[in-house]
Amino acid sequence: MLEWLRRIGARALLFFERLGRALLFLLRVVAVLPQLVGEFRLCITQIYSVGVLSMQLIAISGLTVGMVLGLQGYNTLVDFGAEQSLGQAVALSLVRELGPVLTALLFAGRAGSALTAEIGLMRVTEQLPAMEMMAVDPFRRVFAPRFLAGVVSMPLLAAMFSALGIIGGSMIGVGLLGIDSGAFWSQMQAKVDIYDDILNGVIKSVVFGVVATWIAVFEGFDASPTTEGVSRATTRTVVHTAFAVLGLDFVLTALMFGGL
Amino acid sequence: MQKRKIEIAVGVFVVFGLAALVMLAVKVSNLAAVSEENGYVIKARFSNIGGLKVRAPVLVGGVRIGKVADVTLDSQTYEAVVVMDVSSKYKNLPKDTSASIFTAGLLGEQYVGLDPGGDTAFLKNGDEIKLTQAAFVMEQVLGQFLFSKASGDKAPNE
Repeated sequence: MLEWLRRIGARALLFFERLGRALLFLLRVVAVLPQLVGEFRLCITQIYSVGVLSMQLIAISGLTVGMVLGLQGYNTLVDFGAEQSLGQAVALSLVRELGPVLTALLFAGRAGSALTAEIGLMRVTEQLPAMEMMAVDPFRRVFAPRFLAGVVSMPLLAAMFSALGIIGGSMIGVGLLGIDSGAFWSQMQAKVDIYDDILNGVIKSVVFGVVATWIAVFEGFDASPTTEGVSRATTRTVVHTAFAVLGLDFVLTALMFGGL
Repeated sequence: MQKRKIEIAVGVFVVFGLAALVMLAVKVSNLAAVSEENGYVIKARFSNIGGLKVRAPVLVGGVRIGKVADVTLDSQTYEAVVVMDVSSKYKNLPKDTSASIFTAGLLGEQYVGLDPGGDTAFLKNGDEIKLTQAAFVMEQVLGQFLFSKASGDKAPNE
């Protein structure tokens, strides 16, 4: 019994220790962000590996999710004779929820895990201490550009996801199932609000971008410098990002759309 | 060379992302409607607004001329005050215009229908519509119907 309590205490202490370290890490990364102004080159390479290389996955996922939404939505709506509202249903579910959330989850799997593994391996091969020896600040050189690249890429990727999803939905709805194209788009435009829906969706994806990249970069930084440590850190990135994104999504949705 | 390729790819990525954002704003949302409806405001009082929501359309003869900007309750008279934002394109609504709340279809959303009168004076910014008709509340009408049925004709085998 006592042993059991002791273990809970140790777990809790470990949790708070990591949380505190992660917060301090974030503060240090944010503190060196202004120093990046002259060094866009570093960020561009990172945007390439984080954003551009994720584009294919995001584009295909967005298109297929939109097409599935179109099919499923049509089958439900046609029972009520409301298949004209398909455009609105597809657009609202993508812009408000699926776009930001699914992009963040895919991002964690595609780019977040890669970030963690890369930084973790830098630790294993002691590149980070070597940089410090050469008076190169790893926060400025390694962490901050990656963090910024993730934060910039996520809203763009989420917008692509939503836009392609809506195109996919219209391909199915208008092209395959024969909904009137005018009704499809005009119902959508009547019900989707630029501030309440689109802007809130973009805010969500920016928040998810910060959280997902923060977790990915921190897990790499905090990985124990062994092969096993890196593999564990990579797994933790994906799992923790999923938890954080889904939990935050609930809070943000309640704040934005819940009328609280 | 390798560096240049990366930069081009990043440029394309950013352009695609921004294009997607622009498409969401222009093609998917009501950006066009938001910008043109900074017209004038008219009010109407209803005894019951049913399920009327903010942003519901305001129609004249089926043509959208504005939207519901706000719904509040007058704490003195317990009437619902509906504030409507009407596009400046439609300035000449007569003073004796009447307002009613209708439902689009059986399960559709509710909207405000305006019925222009014959007055030569026009509604101005902040004016109030005097003639209003409350929303059709299905439960009330059904209740009245059932009540009159029950009291009217007795069951034949009583």
